[in-house]
Amino acid sequence: MATFLGIDYPTLWFLVIGAVFTGYAILDGFDLGAGALHLFFNKEQSRRIALNAIGPIWDGNEVWLVIGGGALFAGFPKVYASVFSAFYVPFMLFLCMLIFRAVSIEFRSKEPMLWWRRMWDISYSVSSTIIAFLLGVVLGNILLGIPIDAEGNFTGTLLYFLNPYSVMVGITTVALFMMHGAIYLVMKTENRLYAKLTVLVKNTTIFFAICILLLSFYTLLYVPHLRHTIEANPWMFVIPVLMVLSIANITRQITKRKYRYAFLSSAVAIGLLLIIVAVELYPNMVLSTADPNYHLTVYNASASEKSLGIMLSFAAIGVPIVLTYTTFVFWTFKGKVKLEEGSY
Amino acid sequence: MDVEILSRVQFALTISFHYIYPPLSIGLGLVMVLFEGIYLKTGNKLFEAMTRFYTKIFALIFGIGVATGIVMEFEFGTNWAVYSKYVGDIFGSALAAEGIFAFALESGFLGILLFGWNRVSKGVHFFATVMVTLGSMFSAIWIVVANSWQQTPAGYHIVGEGLDARAEITDFWAMVFNPSSVDRILHVWVGAFIAGAFLVLSISAYYIIKKRYVEFAVKSFKPAFWVFAVSSMLQLFIGHRSADIVAVYQPAKLAAMEGHFDTLGKADMYVVGYVDKKNETTSGIKIPGGLSFLVHQDFDAPVKGLKSFKPEDRPNSPNTVFQTYHLMISIGMFFIALSLYAGYLLWKGKLFDKKWMMYVFLWGVLLPQLANQAGWFAAETGRQPWVVYGLLRTSDALSKAVTANQVMFSLIMFTVVYILLFSLFVFLLNRKIQHGPFYAEGDDDKEEDHSPLHKAMADEFGK
Ligand code: HDD
Ligand code: HEM
Ligand code: HEM
Repeated sequence: MATFLGIDYPTLWFLVIGAVFTGYAILDGFDLGAGALHLFFNKEQSRRIALNAIGPIWDGNEVWLVIGGGALFAGFPKVYASVFSAFYVPFMLFLCMLIFRAVSIEFRSKEPMLWWRRMWDISYSVSSTIIAFLLGVVLGNILLGIPIDAEGNFTGTLLYFLNPYSVMVGITTVALFMMHGAIYLVMKTENRLYAKLTVLVKNTTIFFAICILLLSFYTLLYVPHLRHTIEANPWMFVIPVLMVLSIANITRQITKRKYRYAFLSSAVAIGLLLIIVAVELYPNMVLSTADPNYHLTVYNASASEKSLGIMLSFAAIGVPIVLTYTTFVFWTFKGKVKLEEGSY
Repeated sequence: MDVEILSRVQFALTISFHYIYPPLSIGLGLVMVLFEGIYLKTGNKLFEAMTRFYTKIFALIFGIGVATGIVMEFEFGTNWAVYSKYVGDIFGSALAAEGIFAFALESGFLGILLFGWNRVSKGVHFFATVMVTLGSMFSAIWIVVANSWQQTPAGYHIVGEGLDARAEITDFWAMVFNPSSVDRILHVWVGAFIAGAFLVLSISAYYIIKKRYVEFAVKSFKPAFWVFAVSSMLQLFIGHRSADIVAVYQPAKLAAMEGHFDTLGKADMYVVGYVDKKNETTSGIKIPGGLSFLVHQDFDAPVKGLKSFKPEDRPNSPNTVFQTYHLMISIGMFFIALSLYAGYLLWKGKLFDKKWMMYVFLWGVLLPQLANQAGWFAAETGRQPWVVYGLLRTSDALSKAVTANQVMFSLIMFTVVYILLFSLFVFLLNRKIQHGPFYAEGDDDKEEDHSPLHKAMADEFGK
């Protein structure tokens, strides 16, 4: 089997996809969170500022989802086919919400009527919240395992995806993104809105802390397969420890009003959470609750070695370029939001 | 109804709807590059106003294009799971390349294009416009490569059997440069240039008819017209090359496009007609031997007809293939005539006084859309019953885990959402055009909010 730096291609590609989805969660996470909080701002002025804080970059953030989807299709076609057809209904709702979210941002500022703007505000906020929730629900199901047969076809019922554990992961995801979004917004705003957001940051952080605590207990008690790897490799215990520390650091930085560091911490926390997920799943990608022999693993679900090799070179060329100009764009729009001509 | 029909209808609906917007973005992007380039070179403020005005329209189009594109990407997995497993190796890499090389470029620089006017220098802004346009052209490359591979597979081998069979890449560049991809990418690009340029022509014609912003309209008409005219001429040659390739690699599709049943004797070419699938005949106005000539440069050479294929290997609806194909060609021919005649009038300086011509340009904006859709319908329904030509049948490509009710639900959802989206799009586009180029949006309450620059320009060029 071909390797790179001693890691075989399917594993490497698993890492690449993991990294892309982590990038997605960190980047789109804050603008989804900002969307979920949108209705907490009462003044038209505040809503516009909040919207323009993500205006120039949200689309670029969403592209990480597109890249992730394409990379999954390319690297692990069986996982892509199996998971997407298994969660047909949630994915369709997800797509519908993505549509509404994209056009709400675009349409809102086009007309001055109050009812028009209120309508798109609601649509924007509700769709952002549902997207975050559904992302969490799908993640929850992946963590828990789903009933698939030998060919990777889903055999569960229509509403299977709404099991308690997945709903809990869904709510936690909403909380996480809200916190992440609030911290982002507080960095980008001044005066009244800033004052309001400092309160929101605290509340969402508390909300998230409660959620993640409950979720962790539940996982440890009822989902034993999610602690095997770390149990077997005690040194890996540093990962959850670091995660807890980074969450603790968020609150510390918030009290010191160092929001930039708080934002970094919450990005790190998201990253570590997903690393735990990856560590616990690997080498499986989809667990079959029907029969462990039907698990889709990085080895039995991957594309051909040739294809993986080609795409690794794509990633090696493409990702640095993307990161370079993403940085450039973020840098162009750094600092507090100012409403100007052409703003939303 | 069964899952297959529903999934096909849903796919056709969602992609056709998506395909209203990308051609506009690609073509409008190109015209905006021209406008902004002229502005940078001459410093003419009017061209700055054009760039700004069309940027706003671009944003609207682009937003819907993005929202509907994501649906497409997920749909392969949700509705065509077997297909996804079968082509994952090939298709996936094209889609991933599209994400990394194209979409990231587009959406990254879009922020600067839309919001960067006061934050970056003119040169950097122009660079962003060029990057967004290039990005949108790149996205067409990869997706059309993937589609062309389905039409004319190359650079792969099949591993596994039965349900486990799948195509694996053996030669990446052979896969990318499969026999039909280059011509089809060019054809799609040029079709997009026509669509985008025509939007500018249509809006300009509207202002000229209404006698508003006349100088602005006349000045923006010209660059867009040249894009349109050159593209129209080019399209005939590129399209002809595509047809040659179809003749070699997909003879059943060619036969359906031309409504050609009998292999024996010379093959006619129909200008208009009707294909009767049951009686295996085609009636209409024809050029005797025309098809033979096009394919073999000889009026008497035989061309393979539909009858020489087993019934289960023929396109299910030859009449659809025939009609959509002919619609596209007719529109293409009309464009050539229009650009010649209008070009002549423009040269004589009489074009803008001919009111009826302005009406042709105003409403003609629907034609490129029709031609683009028709072209895809011909190419895709002509490929049936195969999803990967000669390798995988459409009826085998479905998701096993998905039921008809689920697809029915999503189909209804998309239909409702898309009708809503389309109405809003038309409404907002119309509002933008009514507000005119010197209107700054965003601020509340004030209907006629002109920024200082806009105000000066409105005084100079307005009404
Ligand atoms: C790379 C893939 C790809 C691309 C770029 C396109 N299509 Fe396609 N199309 C498919 C991949 C595909 C497919 C997944 O292979 C389908 C689904 C079912 C089938 O038979 O082929 C299909 C079917 C399909 C059908 C239904 C045909 C039938 O069932 O008889 C229509 C009308 C279109 N497409 C139209 C379009 C349009 C308007 C496109 C312009 C953007 C387009 N396609 C691009
Ligand atoms: C089944 C086929 C297709 C898929 C899966 C697909 C996928 C997508 C996705 C995911 C996006 C959003 C990207 C973002 O978030 O920025 C998008 C937008 C876009 N797509 Fe498609 N697409 C398909 C067909 C096409 C075709 C045939 C073309 C061009 C000829 C095209 C050109 C574009 C362009 C230019 C955009 C940017 C948005 C716009 O300009 O409107 N796509 N597409
Ligand atoms: C003027 C003469 C034209 C000819 C001879 C021509 C020929 C063709 C042929 C043979 C195909 C099928 C290719 C295949 O199945 O692989 C095709 C597809 C297509 N045509 Fe045309 N075409 C013409 C004009 C136009 C115009 C004016 C437009 C749009 C403005 C257009 C847009 C398309 C599109 C979008 C497709 C589907 C993509 C593809 O398969 O390349 N065509 N055309």
